[in-house]
Amino acid sequence: MKKEITYLKSVHRDGRIWGFTLLVLILMFPTMLCVIFDVLPEWKALFKALLAVLPMYWAVGIVEIFTYVPMLGAGGAYLSFVTGNISNLKLPVAIDSMEKANVKASSEEGEIISTISIAVSSIVTTIIIIIGVILLLVIEPIGAALASPVLEPAFTQMLPALFGGLAVVFISKNAKLSIAPIVLMLALFIFVPALNEGTVGIMVPVGVIFTVIVARIMYKKGML
Amino acid sequence: MKFNVNSPIIFIMVGLIIAVVLAQSVYFLVKAVRRAKEIGISGSTIKRTISSSAIFTIAPAVAILVGVVSLSKSLGVALPWLRLSVIGSLSYETIAAERAVSELGQGLETQIVDPQAFVTVAWVMTIGIMIGLVLTPVLTERIQGGMNKIGMKDKKWAETFNNAMFLGMISAFLGFVFSNVSRLWTADAEGFVTVMEDKLLANGETVEVAVKYSSTSGLIPVCVMAVSAILMAICGIISKVAKQSWMNDYALPISLVGGMAAAIPITTWLG
Repeated sequence: MKKEITYLKSVHRDGRIWGFTLLVLILMFPTMLCVIFDVLPEWKALFKALLAVLPMYWAVGIVEIFTYVPMLGAGGAYLSFVTGNISNLKLPVAIDSMEKANVKASSEEGEIISTISIAVSSIVTTIIIIIGVILLLVIEPIGAALASPVLEPAFTQMLPALFGGLAVVFISKNAKLSIAPIVLMLALFIFVPALNEGTVGIMVPVGVIFTVIVARIMYKKGML
Repeated sequence: MKFNVNSPIIFIMVGLIIAVVLAQSVYFLVKAVRRAKEIGISGSTIKRTISSSAIFTIAPAVAILVGVVSLSKSLGVALPWLRLSVIGSLSYETIAAERAVSELGQGLETQIVDPQAFVTVAWVMTIGIMIGLVLTPVLTERIQGGMNKIGMKDKKWAETFNNAMFLGMISAFLGFVFSNVSRLWTADAEGFVTVMEDKLLANGETVEVAVKYSSTSGLIPVCVMAVSAILMAICGIISKVAKQSWMNDYALPISLVGGMAAAIPITTWLG
């Protein structure tokens, strides 16, 4: 007989199994390319390119895990770190769903709603891309239309369009707590030229840690 | 086998991996919905979560598809399809691909014809983004366990803590929206700011080119954000005043798509 375990425990167990399976599959892909086309990578180019991208990518990747896992919940984390696009899609969709369903991220209800919305989002994203890829291969002008200069600004400005709406929901509900982090981040981004689209990923954990500290102080002083 | 960036065998492999990714999402969806019913979350809440998440995802998913198009010129369709469906984001994958092709002495404007170059690019892109996939299974439970230790027994603080994390992330992105506002006062007499940007040439060399931005271009994201915020507020008001609760469910997709659509005339105006 199967031993009874909690839902959360089973999420962790299944998440690990799926995660490692996908890790193996992802590594199999370039390996199989080498086998099928009977070539090895150009080692010098490979190492030089990896040397250029790895320090930054892996550092950001490690920081992202510690920043996003607590926010995504267990099920959401196992899915999001496979399908990606966390800050621009998975996390906003999970936050919004929990808000609408009126459940707290720290509760089991929150864990479940977050998992449902991230799973649905992953499925819809994957299907849209599959349909898109088929259309791209069958009807070539579609690619040109999607990448047309007319539509370009809409896609370039996706993040501001996303966070504008999300900010209204969250700031209106946590007005007092939001003042300090917003003032800090505006000042940093406006006056430090090095902060831009490429470095916003690093500023997320800075914002998170700062806001948690401010929240702790305000909470202790009974200001929240 | 004869190599081509769009060779059917590459599509088959990518298709198989993506089928597994899809299966994982379906598995967790079913598991979570079952548990939701067990602990008494109402069917209507589940349905609303599913439909609003699905609707909201459409626009960002199309944006990811645009990324596939932009990388497909040199890499074919299959490799970008895989890389952007599994973990990758356009900015990361473009940089990884650019680095790799530039080491191989070419740019991203021409199609790769050499299989060795193609597998090199595939390896760089794969290893580049792998860290999350390696560490998530190892660390997720520990991180959550650690979170529970730091005072999560206090329910009200746990709630505040979560809100603080979300706010911290949102404020970082709000800051980012304002990152180019300084162009207003750093512009030259003609109202332009010249920025040196790296450009990858077709022979794999990177050169710095001067790109001119208008002084008001930094206000584009600010205006787009404002449009999105106003739409969100209007949706909130309508759902309350006219008692149209569906409006609230779709408020985020409405403000997202509205903001993106507004970006087109706003960019023409301020760009």
